[in-house]
Amino acid sequence: MENSTILIKVCMGTGGIAAGGTEVISAFEKELQAEGISAAVEKHCSVHKVGCRGFCARDVLVDVLIDGEKTTYEYIKPDMVSRIVKEHILQGEAVQEWVVKDDYRTFHEKQRKVVLSDCGEVDPEDIGSYMERGGYDALRKVLTSMTPEETIEVIKSSGLRGRGGAGFPTGLKWEFARRAPGDTKYLICNADEGDPGAFMDRSIIEGNPHSVIEGMVIGAFSMGAHRGYVYIRAEYPLAVERLRLALEQARKKGLLGEHIAGTEFSFDIKIKLGAGAFVCGEETALIASIEGKRGMPRAKPPFPAQKGLWGKPTVINNVETLANIPYIVRNGAGWFAQFGTERSKGTKVFALTGKIKNSGLIEVPLGIRLHEIVHDIGGGIEGDRKLKAVQTGGPSGGCIPAEMIEIPVDYESLAEAGSIVGSGGMVVMDETDCMVNIAKYFLEFTQAESCGKCVPCRIGTKRLLEILTRITDGRGRPGDIELLESLSNDVRAASLCGLGQTAPNPVLSTLRYFKAEYEAHVHEKRCPAGVCKNLLTYTILEEFCTGCTMCARVCPANAIVGERKTPHRIIQDICIKCGACFETCKFKAIKKG
Amino acid sequence: MQERLEEILKTYQEDEGNIISILQDIEESFGYLPEDAIEWFSERLDVPPAKFFGIATFYAQFHLKPRGENIITTCCGTACHVKGSERLISSLMRELQIPTGEDTTEDRKFTVERVNCVGACSIAPVVIINKEVYGKMTADRLMKEIRRLK
Ligand SMILES: Cc1cc2nc3c(=O)[nH]c(=O)nc-3n(C[C@H](O)[C@H](O)[C@H](O)COP(=O)(O)O)c2cc1C
Repeated sequence: MENSTILIKVCMGTGGIAAGGTEVISAFEKELQAEGISAAVEKHCSVHKVGCRGFCARDVLVDVLIDGEKTTYEYIKPDMVSRIVKEHILQGEAVQEWVVKDDYRTFHEKQRKVVLSDCGEVDPEDIGSYMERGGYDALRKVLTSMTPEETIEVIKSSGLRGRGGAGFPTGLKWEFARRAPGDTKYLICNADEGDPGAFMDRSIIEGNPHSVIEGMVIGAFSMGAHRGYVYIRAEYPLAVERLRLALEQARKKGLLGEHIAGTEFSFDIKIKLGAGAFVCGEETALIASIEGKRGMPRAKPPFPAQKGLWGKPTVINNVETLANIPYIVRNGAGWFAQFGTERSKGTKVFALTGKIKNSGLIEVPLGIRLHEIVHDIGGGIEGDRKLKAVQTGGPSGGCIPAEMIEIPVDYESLAEAGSIVGSGGMVVMDETDCMVNIAKYFLEFTQAESCGKCVPCRIGTKRLLEILTRITDGRGRPGDIELLESLSNDVRAASLCGLGQTAPNPVLSTLRYFKAEYEAHVHEKRCPAGVCKNLLTYTILEEFCTGCTMCARVCPANAIVGERKTPHRIIQDICIKCGACFETCKFKAIKKG
Repeated sequence: MQERLEEILKTYQEDEGNIISILQDIEESFGYLPEDAIEWFSERLDVPPAKFFGIATFYAQFHLKPRGENIITTCCGTACHVKGSERLISSLMRELQIPTGEDTTEDRKFTVERVNCVGACSIAPVVIINKEVYGKMTADRLMKEIRRLK
């Protein structure tokens, strides 16, 4: 392989690193040195880190490109590297048994990558690698040949809507800010990504931070801002580090700072670390937090586009929204608008997780059927159990039941079904998940994150959680279901900001589609899915128990008694219902119910 | 401590900082917010301590009490929740004998924390042990890691 160009790309997102990506990279470097490859073909061989390409469950993923021909390996561990180097790189024979299988192809087949098109391809720590693929061309085009108004027009006609949750048209937002009086304006990138079950924005920043920076500079030029902020959660250390590096590199190349790309336009970006408060994803709370205050929202209007950060016109855009911008400018509004539906244009990134076989980050055209996401891309339900629901939109969203699996995934259809597209979390649930428990889980979250400023949210979420807790504890009372419903409607109508206004959604949507499950909890003190601890008892079936003592040994409460080789027994008063025995028993001798 | 506080004050003045960034720097340097540090800043900047505490108690990142030598963070995002993060937490609390309502062991060797979501949902359930991310965690593996640290 002496005259070939060899490129090795190792997936080094948070998922890749957790699976041992750092060790895999150094194993490659070491093996290549040992084999004398770097000496023989030094100029032609390089090892790269790349960001997430979406399929984190298969990490560490490694691409080996020989003269541009790509072979992808999955589940690579450091001790497997030596064989790949010997057989594939030195002799040109791929190690077939470790190469990705058919499901890797089907995972990608129905996806359309716009925002993620360079993620997993470029080295996120090297601006040159983004520029080689056309990065910053859009920025140059805008700065040298377009006016701000023309740029706004392109974004408006592309139909791009905000990807942070509310779905407001991005071009319009920029236009409002452009028209707002005053010379000092701000652009803020919202990278707070507080929804549990979502990691689109993290992956974009970890995988291709420059696309976000490029989008921000274009946005700033359009609205007339000279200062920008990225408000990013401290829980994402790798993303912060890569973003910091990317900003430095962009400044060095003259693509950020004074006189960008040699033009009159100047703009710079600062990173602000979030301090752990979900409500700070809300625009006015985020602004308060950047100003150094408690992150509490205020009433709108005035909207941030009129009075935002330090009282100046401010645009807040989500990470994914901004990362779309360079691709739209580069390829044209019409190109972007060909994806999606009449009113929901383009593609959307989703974090497909939960009880799904192929879990990961996906990008699909809006309007795709939920069925295609779950079955074709996701490969179906884990353990071949039955699909029960798909939760979208996190704590502000709802559950789409299995019967509605043909629903098109776009802003309008999901809203009609009582959920939202939201920021893009998509958690798949199967028959072993209890919907009342899920509603309670989200209410625990919103209740804890409620900032306390307005009464309907502060007290309303608390009462909702109390009712849900008593239902799942087996203390539900007649009338509780109706009470949940009416209280939910009140909280939704009367809360100050989006947090409270949407907090009841998980309750309302599960009530709408899974009322029978609530009724079983309240009236029969039964959890049909077998999740709610207080409604469960574990018993040992004598006829199956062999007396192997495994269950007694794992029981943390010492609640299982019995002689060796004779059937055991669970002392119900001591049992803490942790389920450890149920999971350990090899003879299916423990009954849950 | 004094020296470090002076440094933080300096970056604050040079870098249009604010109270949140001061608190973040203190937390980063000491692992929590010592009351003395807050009093010190309150005097130097002539800002009432209540303002500092108001912010410190609002954001989850800040701690008013010292934490353990080892920090075990369990992710409680939706994907981790449906994949059994609650069970991981209860086995941690049992193994480390942390009483309900507390998060740190008596000898301050371990602190168990929950985080809303670290965004590593495809490898749920996730536990972070001293900043290192562990995916697809099981109670068994977790107990092994903990015992190794003991
Ligand atoms: C409680 C709450 C939390 C939010 N969290 C986020 C977030 O983490 N990331 C985000 O981009 N938008 C979040 N939003 C939406 C933002 O307020 C805002 O609509 C969005 O950042 C605007 O950007 P876009 O138009 O590009 O979508 C949140 C809204 C609410 C009410």
